[in-house]
Amino acid sequence: MKSKVPAYPYFGWMAVFTIIPMLFVLYFAFIGDDGQFTLDGFRRLADPYMIAIFLKSLWLALLTTIICLLIAYPMAYILSRMKLNTQRTMMLLVMLPMWMNFLLRIYAWMMLLENNGLINKLLGFIGLGPFQLIGTTGAILAGMAYNFLPFMVLPIYSVMTKIDGSLIEASQDLGCNFFGVLRRILLPLSFPGVITGITMVFVPAASTFVISQRLGGGELMIGDVIEMYFVGAEPNFNTGASISLVLMLVILIGMGIMNLFDKDEMEGMLI
Amino acid sequence: MKKIVSLLVAAAMCMGLCGILGSCNNQNVIYVYNWGQYLSRGEEEGEMDILAEFEAETGIKVVYRTFDHNEGMYAQLKAGASKYDLVIPSDYMIAKMIEEDMLEKIDYENIPNYKNIMEDFKGLEYDPTGEYSVPYTWGTVGLIYNTKMVTEPVDSWEMLWNEKYDGKILMFNNPRDAFGIAEKKLGYSQNTSDETELRACAEELKKQAPLTQYVMDEIFDKMINGDAAIAPYYAGDYLTMKDENPDLAFVIPKEGTNRFVDAMCIPKGAQNKAGAEAFINFLLDPEIGLANTEYLGYSTPNQAVYELLDDEVKNDGVSYPSQEILEKCESFVNLPSDANALMQDLWIEVKGNK
Repeated sequence: MKSKVPAYPYFGWMAVFTIIPMLFVLYFAFIGDDGQFTLDGFRRLADPYMIAIFLKSLWLALLTTIICLLIAYPMAYILSRMKLNTQRTMMLLVMLPMWMNFLLRIYAWMMLLENNGLINKLLGFIGLGPFQLIGTTGAILAGMAYNFLPFMVLPIYSVMTKIDGSLIEASQDLGCNFFGVLRRILLPLSFPGVITGITMVFVPAASTFVISQRLGGGELMIGDVIEMYFVGAEPNFNTGASISLVLMLVILIGMGIMNLFDKDEMEGMLI
Repeated sequence: MKKIVSLLVAAAMCMGLCGILGSCNNQNVIYVYNWGQYLSRGEEEGEMDILAEFEAETGIKVVYRTFDHNEGMYAQLKAGASKYDLVIPSDYMIAKMIEEDMLEKIDYENIPNYKNIMEDFKGLEYDPTGEYSVPYTWGTVGLIYNTKMVTEPVDSWEMLWNEKYDGKILMFNNPRDAFGIAEKKLGYSQNTSDETELRACAEELKKQAPLTQYVMDEIFDKMINGDAAIAPYYAGDYLTMKDENPDLAFVIPKEGTNRFVDAMCIPKGAQNKAGAEAFINFLLDPEIGLANTEYLGYSTPNQAVYELLDDEVKNDGVSYPSQEILEKCESFVNLPSDANALMQDLWIEVKGNK
């Protein structure tokens, strides 16, 4: 019989660092400063400007996910078909930036995008620009896509390596062109990896807060608003927790829908 | 053999533990919580390492931590997780902390050098009874601009709304300072808690939002490298930037501005109050104060230090503006919490417009 004892420390960990904080969020979302039940936080979220920030954050997270997917998918495929040694080196290169602190990488992006930054200087040599790069929504997207790309590459790559090359050859022998191979072999077999990748990029992107502040010239995403309500001049845990809760619910529902697709696709594969 | 090793390890762990426990009650340590880059620590050639000097003179070790805004410092102290013996917040925050009973009364008997503080800086509005704080530095907020990029004369906050500099205008990334500028521009008090006035300021800031980048410490890099044309910031920091980029200039706008005072306070729960007072006294020493003031570039409230300064510094109008300008300045006081809450909500609305 398998012992459950080794799992106990993990249960403890989950309780202390996941479940209890969640309960705090739940508590503060409904209880005001005066200790009374309130829905003020949710009401604030219904303000038009707050809804606009909320939707913009989700939209930017979606765009980031799409950009990451478009870059990562072909990349993961190409990587998975390379010689094993080359694969290792290339994966190392994908992972390498993650060895550095994320804030440092964002500061590096600031230097690249500044009005007198590296990109504008290089463009200047060929007589272009200078362009306003920093402080724009494009800068936020670039920063997020760069930052989250490895989270998309890794899961897709790991399913790609498991796809048997002979399946692709067989389909080609049977007359499949490039798109046929993609549609009938690669996409169905790599789908679980794509789903994982989307989750791992979309969720942190939707709640990110430092990138928008630094690269977007102080443009607000919903994560920034939450931060402000917790550490601003007039902390308001109630509103901060309400927004966090709604954001979690939206993400949870989104993930639920994604998982539905996942199951359908798996069944389709079996047929 | 194994037993000996484990015994040794156990002994070492016990000693480590004693060390940790010991340091908690150690009378010879003080915990200081200050703004980042706000004390001369001898990082560069020719600068004094004040903490080392203090330790050499008194034997008291300083554990030094920094914060980057008053609100963050306040949240830390309020949470109660960290105990400090000395903090250096700004005026309005000190008023708030006095109101909330977060500060100890200072025993001025232990600070003979307090006599060096200028009379003008005793009993200011944030600490009217003069029992809780000792002024550390003061300064004004003005417009820093790059003379290569801004060619027209700069004398008004209006410049921060000038579309010609779209994307190259910097703005304070916190509601109080940002509203303070809009309030001066519209001719209101920087301490207004009137809803109509605050809403009018928010409208003004909304117009500005698309043109600006909201930043704090990044202002240094952006102004030094010529990435931005104009920014509101502190006179003392302008001097630091000017050292690296001689194209920069500074002006205090004609509508008036904010004058801040940062002061040393002892938070409730301090473990080593006497040590903190000894450190305050040390910082007020003319020679130490001079070294620190020269490093900081901020203005000093210490008469003995002021007298030692170069005439050039005293007279260039940046650190020590004329009485006429000072009369148009205001200091922040602590606002009622519903005004702060309103300002915070409006601030999100303003930045949502970016």
